[in-house]
Amino acid sequence: MAETMSLNDVNSMYFDVLKEIGNIGAGNATTALAQMLGTKVDMSVPQVSLLDFKDVGEIVGGEELIMVGILLGVEGDITGSIMFMIEKEGARHLTNKLMMGMGASEPGEDFNEMELSALREVGNIITGAYLNALSGLTNLCIYPSTPDLTVDMAGAILSVPAIQFGIQGDQILLIKNNFFDEVELDGFFILLPDVESYGTILKALGISSL
Amino acid sequence: MADIVKVGMADLNLCQAPDGITTLGLGSCVGVALREPGKPWGGLAHVMLPDSTAISSNGPVNIPKFADTGVDELIKRMVSKGCNKAKLVAKIAGGAQMFAHATSDKMMRVGDRNVEAVKKKLAEHRIPILAEDTGLNYGRTVIFYPESGDFVIRSVGRPDKTI
Repeated sequence: MAETMSLNDVNSMYFDVLKEIGNIGAGNATTALAQMLGTKVDMSVPQVSLLDFKDVGEIVGGEELIMVGILLGVEGDITGSIMFMIEKEGARHLTNKLMMGMGASEPGEDFNEMELSALREVGNIITGAYLNALSGLTNLCIYPSTPDLTVDMAGAILSVPAIQFGIQGDQILLIKNNFFDEVELDGFFILLPDVESYGTILKALGISSL
Repeated sequence: MADIVKVGMADLNLCQAPDGITTLGLGSCVGVALREPGKPWGGLAHVMLPDSTAISSNGPVNIPKFADTGVDELIKRMVSKGCNKAKLVAKIAGGAQMFAHATSDKMMRVGDRNVEAVKKKLAEHRIPILAEDTGLNYGRTVIFYPESGDFVIRSVGRPDKTI
C-alpha cells in the first residue's frame, strides 16, 4: 500500500467509514447548532458523494451561488483542513437567530463584522463536531486551527478544496447535510486530509489492505 | 441567437462566433482564453494546478487540469480548427487566493503559481497575453467572445469589466 494513495482508489470500506464519520459528525453538529441557537434542530441523513470536479458546482446549487465558506486547518496526528459551506441567505438566518436580530444587516447586503464573527463561531462549532466524530472513531488527536472565512461564488470557494483533491486525483469527496429548524439549510462539509494523513486515518481504523 | 458554451472546472473547450464561451466561479484556478483575430474560433481552458509533472499519480494525466498540459492541448485544438499558432493571442483571469491563510505548503500561493505556469507556457509558445485580471482574493466568472476578443469578468459585489 503506497502512502500516497489516490482518492480514486478509495474502496467501498473507506467510503463507508467516511459515511459513518459524516453521520456521527452531522449528529454532533446538529446538537451543537441546536444548543447554540437555543431551538430544536432536525437533520436528514447526510449524503456522502465522490464527485467529478465538473459536477461539484451543480450539487451545491450552481457555481455562481453566493455562499459562505469557512476553512480551518487541522493539526495533530493528522494534518490537512476541513471546510464548511452554506448558502449566504441560510447563513444570514443563522446569524439573525444567534444575534436575536440585533445589529443585523439587510438581506442582500454584505455581512457586518459582528455577523462575520458569529459565522466564524458557527464554523468552529460545526467543524469541531465533525472532527470530534473523526477523532472518536480513530482515537487520533485532531485539533482545528482558527477559522478563515470568505463570502463568494460557490465555484471559487470550491476551487480551494478541489485543487487540494486535484493533487491526488480527479474527484472530490463532499458531505451534504440538510438541517432544518423553521427553515431548511443545506450545509456542505469537505474533509481534506493531506496525502500522508490518509494512511494514518486508515491505519487507525484498522484498514490496511486496500 | 448566440449561445454560450460552458466549460467546467479542470476542463477546456472551443466555441465558434457569434457564440461565446464561459467558465463560472474561477477561484484559485485560471481561465485561459485564446483566439486568432479574424477567425471565428475561441478556446477556453479552466486549469487547476500548475504542473502535471509534479503529481505522483501513476494513472493517465487529466490534460485540462494542469497549466502545462492544458495550454498545450488548447493550442492544439485551435490549430486543428485551422488557426495559425503564430497568430494566436491570449487573455487570462483568475488565480485568486480565496482564503487569507494557506492550510498547507502545497496550497501556498497556488493561485499565483497557476498564473505563473500559464504565463510560462504561453511564452514558450510565443503567444502574447493581451490582457489579464489575476490574483487578489475574489472569485471570477469569465465570458469570452472570440469575434470581438472581449473577455468579460463578473465578480460578487463588483461591477462587470471587459478586458
